Amino acid sequence: MIRSQRWKGAAFTVPFQLGFVFLYLLPIGYAVYQSLFLEKSSGLGLGGATTEFVGLENYGKGLTDPAFMTSILRVVLFACVQIPFMLLISLLLALFLDAVTAKVAGRFRILLLVPYMIPGVVAALVWVNLYSPQVGPLTPLGELFGFDWNFFAPSMVWPAIGNLLTWHGIGYNMVIIYAALQGVPRELFEAARLDGASELRIALSIKIPFVRGALVLTALLSIIQMLQIFNEPALFRNVTPETVSDSFTPIMIIYNQAFNAANYHYAAALSVLLALILGVASFLFYRLTSREAD
Amino acid sequence: MALTENVKENGTEAAAVPPRGRSVRRLTSPDAASRSKGGQRFVLLGLVLAGAYSLFPVYWLMIAATKDRVGLYQSNGLWFSGWHLWDNVQQVFTYEDGIFLRWTANSFLYAGVGSLGGTLIALATGYGLARFDFPGRGAVFACVVGSFLIPIALLTLPLYLLFSAIGMVDTPWAMLIPCLINPFSVYLAKVYTEATIPFELLEAARIDGAGELRIFFSIVLRMMTTGGATVFLLAFVNTWNAFFLPLTVLRGEENWTLNLGLYNWSGKRLESGIDVTSLVLTGALLSIVPMAIMMVAMRRYWRTGVTLGALK
Repeated sequence: MIRSQRWKGAAFTVPFQLGFVFLYLLPIGYAVYQSLFLEKSSGLGLGGATTEFVGLENYGKGLTDPAFMTSILRVVLFACVQIPFMLLISLLLALFLDAVTAKVAGRFRILLLVPYMIPGVVAALVWVNLYSPQVGPLTPLGELFGFDWNFFAPSMVWPAIGNLLTWHGIGYNMVIIYAALQGVPRELFEAARLDGASELRIALSIKIPFVRGALVLTALLSIIQMLQIFNEPALFRNVTPETVSDSFTPIMIIYNQAFNAANYHYAAALSVLLALILGVASFLFYRLTSREAD
Repeated sequence: MALTENVKENGTEAAAVPPRGRSVRRLTSPDAASRSKGGQRFVLLGLVLAGAYSLFPVYWLMIAATKDRVGLYQSNGLWFSGWHLWDNVQQVFTYEDGIFLRWTANSFLYAGVGSLGGTLIALATGYGLARFDFPGRGAVFACVVGSFLIPIALLTLPLYLLFSAIGMVDTPWAMLIPCLINPFSVYLAKVYTEATIPFELLEAARIDGAGELRIFFSIVLRMMTTGGATVFLLAFVNTWNAFFLPLTVLRGEENWTLNLGLYNWSGKRLESGIDVTSLVLTGALLSIVPMAIMMVAMRRYWRTGVTLGALK
């Protein structure tokens, strides 16, 4: 390739590079820089606030902040229940789609993707109203079967959010797993059938191992999303502030520190911490699952 | 995807299997698999139940939007009671001097203009990355892939501080500019370029004396309409659905998006005589309509988009 053409090729990427510097690198650098300072009121509080360099003090504070650590633990525990549950249903549905005719599969695929088309905020809003004892149909439905459930009670709030996330996510995950299933060589099934394997056996021994990569990927994406969960608890907080506190999830704490407590420096340190935790979590998950495969 | 469907439908491998009695429907079934009738019924039942679960909230939302306040609180939630849809719609559009209409326009502005600009930048970058070998190419691509892991909170907060330093907070620019740079769109554009633009074609155009810009605008962009449409659609949906960024950078309600407005409405339950719940629900239904129309119109593109999304 001619030299001048190489540079013209590079020129096509210049707008993106400039934007990337301004919208990604600069903010990250700025967050790290801000996280090293602290606003301190000087002396008796008469001289106004000064910004002082405090090194890693904010990070130390974040790591020992019980509210922040509790929120992370809360989200991680929840992820350990909700993600496997959601992926199991998605996998099952993908296997079901794979077992019906292409026409039927096409119809159900669209149907199951309907929730994914609905914005997260609107989805949360609709479910909050479905759960609501005043307007939602679920409370009278529960009464009919003898349940007296209150979805906004502390013990029910996570199952309620979990159901909402599962409802919103199964379609998307199912499509990814289904696409991977389509890649299984069909001859394998025939060979297995000739050997007398049942459909269940084929699903367990051929199909599921084959879509392992897709499962790891959907799990990884779900973990990343879960650690940053914000919309759903924020909507629940609108209705039931007693149950869903303003420090319910890590992002809620960061948002409150920045905009309600006007403590940008601490909020910046917490966002960097969360990014690091996220990086470590995804890396570990990826390593663990890919080692198992060997 | 269409290709695999055809292969499945014509599934000739059925002929190779010795008959096992009950598998008469084999030719129409996907891969001569799912033979037993009971098995098929179980599978269909599972799919129908999952479909009902998926549609139930949407169904309820549609019913609720047709009710007046009394009906909403007192009638059976699963069935109609009176037809007040038009009253509700009218109320949504006139409440607070028609602010809902303003939010709708804002959502269209941010999602439409932002995604259009973002798609153009992504296509140029993807083309540059896929079809030219320049120093630093690897680094640019590493930035693209690496940024998939960066949490939004890490970016949004300092972005807010940067925007407020240059006086852009609470202007449409604060929403539009972040939409222009979308690493995932760049990744998709690169994949599509690799699949649709052959090197030979570019060489031929160069020999004919076409400049690089001209090649990009009159050949590459035209061949990339399908890929470009997918990139645009996904970016549009992303921006339309965005919540944390607008919540952070938009303060005054005249610049809000639909999502932000609905969130705010749902925060104030009963107020000044008007029960907002009914407004919120009708507004929520209305806010899904453009998305549904778009999805149906561009079904072909977004399905491949969702699947390709798995590759990142």
